[in-house]
Amino acid sequence: MSTEIQAPRSGQNSSGKISSGKISPQYRRGTGSKGNFEMFAWLFMRLSGVVLVVLIFGHLFVNLMVGEGIHGIDFGFVAGKWADPFWQFWDLAMLWLAMLHGTNGVRTIINDYAEKDATRFWLKVVLYAATVVIVVLGTLVIFTFNPCPVLNGVQLPGGFCPAP
Amino acid sequence: MPTKPAGTLYRGREGMWSWVGHRITGVVIFFFLLVHVLDTSLVRVSPEAYTAVIGAYKNPLMALGETGLVAAIVFHAFNGLRVIAIDFWKKGAKYQRQMLWTVLVLWLVVFGAFAIRHLSLALGGH
Repeated sequence: MSTEIQAPRSGQNSSGKISSGKISPQYRRGTGSKGNFEMFAWLFMRLSGVVLVVLIFGHLFVNLMVGEGIHGIDFGFVAGKWADPFWQFWDLAMLWLAMLHGTNGVRTIINDYAEKDATRFWLKVVLYAATVVIVVLGTLVIFTFNPCPVLNGVQLPGGFCPAP
Repeated sequence: MPTKPAGTLYRGREGMWSWVGHRITGVVIFFFLLVHVLDTSLVRVSPEAYTAVIGAYKNPLMALGETGLVAAIVFHAFNGLRVIAIDFWKKGAKYQRQMLWTVLVLWLVVFGAFAIRHLSLALGGH
């Protein structure tokens, strides 16, 4: 007499019947309300990571390694860079990708270590609020930057203004 | 009789410690990023406000902090590429340990070059 041993997850249902290799409903990984969000988050970390290595290494090299390095950084240095759309979009891409990459990383850490539902919830509320504030602020700063700021009709010292 | 589990992937050694290092460096970089966007935003307040705050980044103590930050960034970058290789390369998991040592050698070279250049600029006669 032989005994049939089922392969794992071969879908034998509770009555012992074999249902043609399908996974029993109670063990199926549902495409629940979250959809494929976690898979896309996982993929995003890897794709954005590769791009960020290039963007951040370039950022560090251009700002700190060439010329007089950190001593060359002041308002005029920023004005010089953002006069060029190339660096505006470089910095914009770096801002968005780094913030989303970092936010998702911290979200993972919160999920791992905060055990109470309420704690997890509120930590993530704070995290997402900070992310929105920083991303919106940074984006506005890049695109509304003015090399010649004027306050009450007076040019602020240190600005770069066209000759009258 | 149950004994301690054998051959668990993330228990001690290179696999676990690189994971710990990746988390810690990631959190450090994230909090610096928040501050860095805020300090850069001062260009919208006034040229003098920005230049004054950036001046704080130029003292010797901050130079050491920046060097530490770049140490974290370079490790996170190279180890992140290793994680991608583990996930997408067929033999990635098999060679994860060798790849970690490669990461550490690359880290030493790139970070060492950065530290020499940055510290000599930041601490040198200005």
